[in-house]
Amino acid sequence: MAAVQDGQMELDAEKETKPEILSDGTSNLSGNTASGTLSSSPLTAAPAGGAPKMEDQQTLIAVLQFLKRNKLTDSVEILRREAGLGEDQEDSQATDGSGGGKGDVDGGDANSLLSRVSITSAAAPQSMPVKRADDQPDVSVVLSAYSQQGDPSLYQVYYSGLKNFIESVLDCHRAELSQLFYPLFVHMYLELVYNNHENEAKAFFEKFSGDQECYYQDDLRVLCGLTKKEHLKGNEVLLDFRTSRFVLRISRDSYQLLKRHLQERHNNQIWNIIQEHLYIDIFDGMPRSKSQIDSMSGSLAGEGRRELNKAKVFHGLLKEPEIEVPLDDEDDEAENEEGKPKKKKTKKDSLGSKSKKQDPNAPQQNRIPLPELKDSDKLDKIMYMKESTKRIRLGPENLPSICFYTLLNAYQGLTAVDFTDDSSLLAGGFADSTVRVWSVTPKKLRKVKSAADLNMIDKESDDVLERIMDEKTASESKILYGHSGPVYGVSFSPDRNYLLSSSEDGTVRLWSLLTFTCLVGYKGHNYPVWDTQFSPFGYYFVSGGHDRVARLWATDHYQPLRIFAGHLADVTCTCTRFHPNSNYVATGSTDRTIRLWDVLNGNCVRIFTGHKGPIHSLAFSPNGKFLASGSTDGRVLLWDIGHGLMIGELKGHTDTIYSLKFSRDGEILASGSMDNTVRLWNSMKAFDEVETDDFTATTGHIHLPDNSQELLLGTYHSKSTPVTHLHFTRRNLLLAAGAYNSQ
Amino acid sequence: MTEREERRFAEVPRESIKLMAESTGVELSEEVAALLAEDVCYRLREATQNSSQFMRHAKRRKLSVEDFNRALRWSNTETVCGYGAQDALPFRPLKEGELFFVEDREINLVELALATNIPKGCAETMVRVHVSYLDGKGNLEPQGTVPTAVQSLSEDLLKYYQQITRAILGEDPHLMKVALLDLQSNSKIAALLPYFVYVISGVKSVSHDLDQLNRLLHMVKSLVQNPYLYLGSYVRSLVSSVMYCILEPLAASINPLNDHWTLRDYAALLLSHIFWTHGDLVSGLYHQILLSLQKVLSDPVRPLCSHYGAVVGLHALGWKAVERVLYPHLPAYWANLQAVLDDYSVSNAQVKADGHKVYGAILVAVERLLKMKALSLTLAAGGGSADLPGTTTGAVGFRENSPGLSPPPEPLSEPPLGIASHLQAGGAGCQWEEWTPVSLPAMYCELYSFFGDSLAVRFSTDPPLGGAPSSRSCQPLEGRKEPASGAPNLENTRKMPQLTASMNISPRQDGSPRMEPQPPSLAATVSGRSLARSSSSSSSVSRSRSSSSRPGRSTSQSRDIFPKARFPLPQAGPPAFSFIIGGRQMGRRCQGRRFQTSFTPTPPLNTLPPRAYAHKLPVIGRVSKPVRRWTCSHYSLHLPL
Repeated sequence: MAAVQDGQMELDAEKETKPEILSDGTSNLSGNTASGTLSSSPLTAAPAGGAPKMEDQQTLIAVLQFLKRNKLTDSVEILRREAGLGEDQEDSQATDGSGGGKGDVDGGDANSLLSRVSITSAAAPQSMPVKRADDQPDVSVVLSAYSQQGDPSLYQVYYSGLKNFIESVLDCHRAELSQLFYPLFVHMYLELVYNNHENEAKAFFEKFSGDQECYYQDDLRVLCGLTKKEHLKGNEVLLDFRTSRFVLRISRDSYQLLKRHLQERHNNQIWNIIQEHLYIDIFDGMPRSKSQIDSMSGSLAGEGRRELNKAKVFHGLLKEPEIEVPLDDEDDEAENEEGKPKKKKTKKDSLGSKSKKQDPNAPQQNRIPLPELKDSDKLDKIMYMKESTKRIRLGPENLPSICFYTLLNAYQGLTAVDFTDDSSLLAGGFADSTVRVWSVTPKKLRKVKSAADLNMIDKESDDVLERIMDEKTASESKILYGHSGPVYGVSFSPDRNYLLSSSEDGTVRLWSLLTFTCLVGYKGHNYPVWDTQFSPFGYYFVSGGHDRVARLWATDHYQPLRIFAGHLADVTCTCTRFHPNSNYVATGSTDRTIRLWDVLNGNCVRIFTGHKGPIHSLAFSPNGKFLASGSTDGRVLLWDIGHGLMIGELKGHTDTIYSLKFSRDGEILASGSMDNTVRLWNSMKAFDEVETDDFTATTGHIHLPDNSQELLLGTYHSKSTPVTHLHFTRRNLLLAAGAYNSQ
Repeated sequence: MTEREERRFAEVPRESIKLMAESTGVELSEEVAALLAEDVCYRLREATQNSSQFMRHAKRRKLSVEDFNRALRWSNTETVCGYGAQDALPFRPLKEGELFFVEDREINLVELALATNIPKGCAETMVRVHVSYLDGKGNLEPQGTVPTAVQSLSEDLLKYYQQITRAILGEDPHLMKVALLDLQSNSKIAALLPYFVYVISGVKSVSHDLDQLNRLLHMVKSLVQNPYLYLGSYVRSLVSSVMYCILEPLAASINPLNDHWTLRDYAALLLSHIFWTHGDLVSGLYHQILLSLQKVLSDPVRPLCSHYGAVVGLHALGWKAVERVLYPHLPAYWANLQAVLDDYSVSNAQVKADGHKVYGAILVAVERLLKMKALSLTLAAGGGSADLPGTTTGAVGFRENSPGLSPPPEPLSEPPLGIASHLQAGGAGCQWEEWTPVSLPAMYCELYSFFGDSLAVRFSTDPPLGGAPSSRSCQPLEGRKEPASGAPNLENTRKMPQLTASMNISPRQDGSPRMEPQPPSLAATVSGRSLARSSSSSSSVSRSRSSSSRPGRSTSQSRDIFPKARFPLPQAGPPAFSFIIGGRQMGRRCQGRRFQTSFTPTPPLNTLPPRAYAHKLPVIGRVSKPVRRWTCSHYSLHLPL
């Protein structure tokens, strides 16, 4: 049963990966059918099959043009052959010049884009980094949509006319149609600005900005400073607002109502905007209530499209094939180990309510090639088993003890913290570009001896691993120098041999915890890298940065294996987390959305909207079914990954939530925040109370109970220490870390 | 609405733009300036918005210049240098003309480079861990608060506690009595014990208020006497509070009108009470207390009232404590006390009065010491163990003979002195290691050299009377306050009720507390040691002095008068040496002594030279100030009866 991996698996890993990626990339480029839904006619709820084909072709042509410009003739040939495009087609498109959005990729990335990267979501071509000086033509293309203009003085009339209409309709429709206000407002304002009607734009803004929902304040602030056409070009936030269609979810009845109204009034201006810049996702059934809408809205680009969340996600856990074997050996050796593996199994079953055999939701064991377990890893697994048998079963009556690791004298500014899984090491990233590693057990940190000294060691001795360590270097902490900017993310590898750090200088660095030196600097992000994390199985890691993409790396590749692009606007992937089965990666962003990416093919399989502020923390539940996210608005949202639904809202924090962690059994969710508190939530109850009947599953219209207070199990204050990181030890002791803030 | 929107952002006015342009030598038209101003505003806003991203990821609330510069750098704009200071730079207007500027102090680099007060590098960044919340519950108890037991008190107990403390510390004496009585007998207050101990430990904060101190001591007494309370480790706290009252130069003692002496006496009584009733709990404390008492005694800087406290404290701990601490200290201490008492100046009057108190206290202590020592020896001899020399057997014998008075615990449980020897600070030449039991005659000689006839105990050297029963052996003991009006010569008048009373009422004071350790009894070496000791200044001088001062007295004469106590002296053979103990010969009117003690000195002592300070002794020890001495001693010691 246990799928023991071959010895050469690891060796093959690289070979296996590459062809996969290649094929993925091509398949995506050639037939981006599943997700390429940029329908030209927004009136149809489900896009026709032909439209995306067309769109894809345009994209391809854009890429071809780019390649040509960069004299990459071979690539052009290959691409043309594979895509089956004729030269004439391309030319006609080129002269046409209105090819929707053209992906523009950095020269350095062009190859990687073609060879390894999969461009996945529909918006991908448009949302590639648009920063070069030479993308000015493209920008103007994008903006030119605004050039069609009506009488600027009538804009206010149009808008207030629509406002009056919406306010006069039946209550059940009003809430839904009110969603139109914000995108219409933004687009009309931008049109005015684009057409140099500065005064009208200002007046328009002043008159109607007060009507918008409060959670759009941040965007309105950006908008309001923007009054010149020249400014539009540089402002990436608005550029992305333009290029991506704002998604609205409206019931068919409401939509018919709106359509009839606009046609009666011949209100073409608004109709044009709706057609061109909005994507209206029409569903059949009851209109949604105001609270339902509010809970899902707030993102920069509206709600996630329903069909985008339909993809199958293998959220089950991988079987742990290797574990039973060594543990059984252990049993033979030592009787007192008897029964432990069974215990472990039952525990897991009760958690995920999975069958003992194969979780139907679990991905194929080798869906993602995983590194083979080394002997030391097996030993560690056994240790983990032993520890987990001593684990305290948590619950509402049995709350965890909290240990607080306070970093004192951190005047340089603590920016990131991570614990090893066995809670023996603590790493801190600091604003002064250093990474510090502490041992939080009595065991000191030691370096490996120098090469000359290593030669003198008897390599056959049993304690060779001990002998290679240099006692003279033993100390409680070590400082790692190498970055040239604040370190925003740190992550230990599961085997505790490596440490990753991501920094403002655009690099991710891999450090050895044996020599305490830097091994690799991964350059790929062109902008600050906000976060990085190792896969739960090691080898892979993901990083997310200011350049709006998350990248998947393998430690032995200096270039990324995947680029996850799709986050919008001036988006920064603020936090990146691996799914426990390592097949998915979740990223949160300042565009107030969370996306779940498939590591295998780079597709975006889930978009979660509902946060009203940038997302700063994410956590998968141990059984892989749920996701928790925390943002600057102080709310924690819970998501059901399988159904793609929001299932809970935890209110209580008063400041940005920088850390989230589920207890080892998933019963308790701990959240740490800038407001100097740790809060514990009854996540079991939150998950249990979800009614996932067919209707909500299909429509995604969940009605959230407001039960934050019931779910809140405790609030624990530190004196003046923001909680930067939380960690549950293997025995379910909660560790918190933060820097004491004397001000 | 409009204005609100306008005020959302800081605006750079076109005038500023023009000024800045002028400063670089560019002339701008109004239009250009306006356009530029607007653009500058927008760019600034944009940069600020971008910089907030850096702030958020650095997990700060405060936007720093660094953040702003980063945003500028990433948008390919030159960064602004020179504003990285941590503290805010003041932005000031110039009085004449509408000019604003950032105050930028000039820094003298030479000064900075040659500065001697180099700032120390800030402390190492480190990780400290503490369990903040155990099982989800905070350990909220800050240090130094009332023990947690109190928090779990029931409502009724809390009320009781409040009422009792209010009554005891309040004004009404009747209420206080009731409260104390209840405290003595209530069987349900165990949970409140820590609370009461906590209250009592407040003695240090009321050292100015004798009344309150007294009340607190009474509270201690009640707690100690309560048979239902197990004091446990709290007894230490109680003892330390009592010791505070005994030893500390209380704020209340500044005023001579305050009778803090009584308080000290009472505290000493309480101390001995604790030691006698809870000896098992305080065994470890005995030597610590002896040590602290000794320290006070050997510290000449301490005020006399502290010395007084030390003496009464030792007295309360029993005659063995006196013998071991006070007695060896006496020669050294005597000189200081003498100086005080010899000063007749007016300014010294108060100190002198205090000195007399101490003098009286010492006198009482040593008298008891002599009496008890004599008694123990007598008992040892009379108890059929005449062949056993040495004081230790005497002590044991005494205890065995008086079981009803103070049921002694098994003597074997007494810790040996050796344990305490390390506690001894080398003060005034009294080393525990050196300590050897001084023979009674030698002791008496020395004490006599200090006190002269003030000593109410007299010894004679008569041989033991054959018919003297052991029960009579208590007769030689005599309280010094006993009126000597009766015919002192008569033996039957010596059977004083006071004497027996003193034996019966305060039996504990007469012996050592239960926990008193046995001296290192080296029976074989006693004689040799004491002989060796005879060469030391104090004993030899006193002996020689006493022998020289009364050469003419015949032993037989005194034997006739005071045929009371006799004991075999180890070094002199079985009946060779005995003292006559006499009562105080002075009457209330204090005409002076009528009787002198005589004894035959041991022959070898005759050859020793007279003691240096023996000449001074008549001044205080003899007839010169009998009245004063009497009055002093009259109320000097609140005898722990």
